[in-house]
Amino acid sequence: MAASQTPSSPQAAPLVPREPFLTKRRAFSIVGLIIFLGFFAIPIYQTILLEMWDSPRQLTQQIVIGLTKGTYIAVIALGYTLVYGILELINFAHGDLFMIGAFLSLIFISLFGLDPKTSSGITIFFSLLGILGLVMLCTAFLNAGIERFAYRPLRNAPRLAPLISAIGMSFVLQNVGIFLGDGLIWDKIADGLGSDAIGRVADAMGTQSVAPKNIPDLLPNGQVFFIPDSLKYTYKDLLVAVVSLGLLAGLYSFVRFTKLGKAIRATAQDRDAARLMGINADRTISVTFLIGGALGGAAGMIVGLYNGTALFSMGFTAGLLSFTAAVLGGIGNILGSALGGLLIGLILALSDQYIGTRWSNAVIFAILVLILLFRPTGLLGQEGGQKA
Amino acid sequence: MLQLQNVHTYYGNIHALKGISLEINQGEIVTLIGSNGAGKSTTLRTISGITPPRTGQVLFEGKTLNSVPAHKIVSQGISQSPEGRRIFANLTVRENLEMGAFTRNDKAEIASDMDRVFELFPRLKERVAQRGGTLSGGEQQMLAIGRALMSRPRLLLLDEPSMGLAPVLVDLIFEIIQNINNQGTTILVVEQNALMALGIAHRAYVLQTGVIVKAGDAATLREDEDVQKAYLGME
Repeated sequence: MAASQTPSSPQAAPLVPREPFLTKRRAFSIVGLIIFLGFFAIPIYQTILLEMWDSPRQLTQQIVIGLTKGTYIAVIALGYTLVYGILELINFAHGDLFMIGAFLSLIFISLFGLDPKTSSGITIFFSLLGILGLVMLCTAFLNAGIERFAYRPLRNAPRLAPLISAIGMSFVLQNVGIFLGDGLIWDKIADGLGSDAIGRVADAMGTQSVAPKNIPDLLPNGQVFFIPDSLKYTYKDLLVAVVSLGLLAGLYSFVRFTKLGKAIRATAQDRDAARLMGINADRTISVTFLIGGALGGAAGMIVGLYNGTALFSMGFTAGLLSFTAAVLGGIGNILGSALGGLLIGLILALSDQYIGTRWSNAVIFAILVLILLFRPTGLLGQEGGQKA
Repeated sequence: MLQLQNVHTYYGNIHALKGISLEINQGEIVTLIGSNGAGKSTTLRTISGITPPRTGQVLFEGKTLNSVPAHKIVSQGISQSPEGRRIFANLTVRENLEMGAFTRNDKAEIASDMDRVFELFPRLKERVAQRGGTLSGGEQQMLAIGRALMSRPRLLLLDEPSMGLAPVLVDLIFEIIQNINNQGTTILVVEQNALMALGIAHRAYVLQTGVIVKAGDAATLREDEDVQKAYLGME
């Protein structure tokens, strides 16, 4: 009885002893890196650091913008992380779902006839709120439908099969994007129905289905604060950050505190054990895809409005960035992915400014490789995959 | 209460249960003993619907469970503490217990049942906010049993409750199993520790490569020469 009735220690001892930080492999990597960076890159770092030192305002500006971008990258990254957490599937179609979100918001904006010059601020505000809801609803059900018909039948197939299916869905969605972007088709529908609203959609899409579409500049452009020479932050930036952070907080509290959210985490950790609790695993997975889809669609609308364009291939680029963010923070871990998103946004902005836009992707992936070298599970990920 | 009639279960092409028939009556503790790979866990998984039978009947209180999906079996009154405990490692002790009560919506009753679990396992109460994965093996076993109790089962399935536990803890767990039974829950316990299992059970079945080779009173089987040789380590 002794073992069972001794007063409990505050923390049970970890089962596996911690790996020492400096293993031989890591030591080699560090030495290699120092040699590499030292010989080849010191001059570059010097100029970059000097440039940062010279203009703290510019640096602040880039940090603020980077963090703002980071919030919506985090929202997309969560879509990857949620699905990975519960199915261990990288949902390649998620980036393209984000693109569909941008296209849908353009379609709804045109249908409602919103125009920054003629519509009043109040109308725009409430219409955009309504459109956000509509877009999230559409992409949520689209995502759940994709799961139902493209992934669920492959649930017990070898792991490569659903992965290939996800890549296939990504192409399908890109083509849906090209289709939605075809003004001629919308024109025919508008003529057939005699509808002005659909005519506006046709105008917005133009005649080139694969060309970038302009999304009207509906967000307020006023300055929240402005310091001469460089530092400025507009209401548009603020709005993007607030809406994105709101989505992140909402998702986090849903998964953390509600019964359904706990069921999602339980299913992610052990599906059969969850079924033994009476949790309907299929339904829980559908809910996860609904939520992931809604987040992807919302991000699509936010980014579309923020950048003022929509393009059928925008999902690929954004998806790559966000997926990287999820891996960086620890895929499957919600807080980690959000952190990864912020970091990627920050790195992106700094690299755009100080190294050059064309190097940004290289910089991001170099940092990803570096971090994974030391923490293969990502920044906040745990051994064995901490999920959801 | 529970009847298995000529149940055959497969994992793909592997024929795991080859015509199992057994019966559990209200209020009993019944144990399934047998060596590794005999099909003990598969029998429990078949009852819980995780690996449904290909042929044969699983009847609970006269109704068939054959085509009932796993997640609906809990609300019929059967719950399981699975082999290897299968605790939700990143959920807290409280959240694990809440998941055990997933099918129920009566908040006040759930809270009082949780108190009952804490009475059975005071150690869990001390660790209520701790993550399941940080518990010791014995505590995880307690949590797994407590979690299974949270659905208010009439039939409780326990898979290897003594696995990997120190002997003192094994005594404690088996004492608690008897306690749970005394409070009115029927129990089917699968064990490799045949001696302990036969000590608390009313009746027992001996399973060998998917077939029941012996059945009877636990006390009788304990004296049985073959059983002693094969499972009790006596010559």
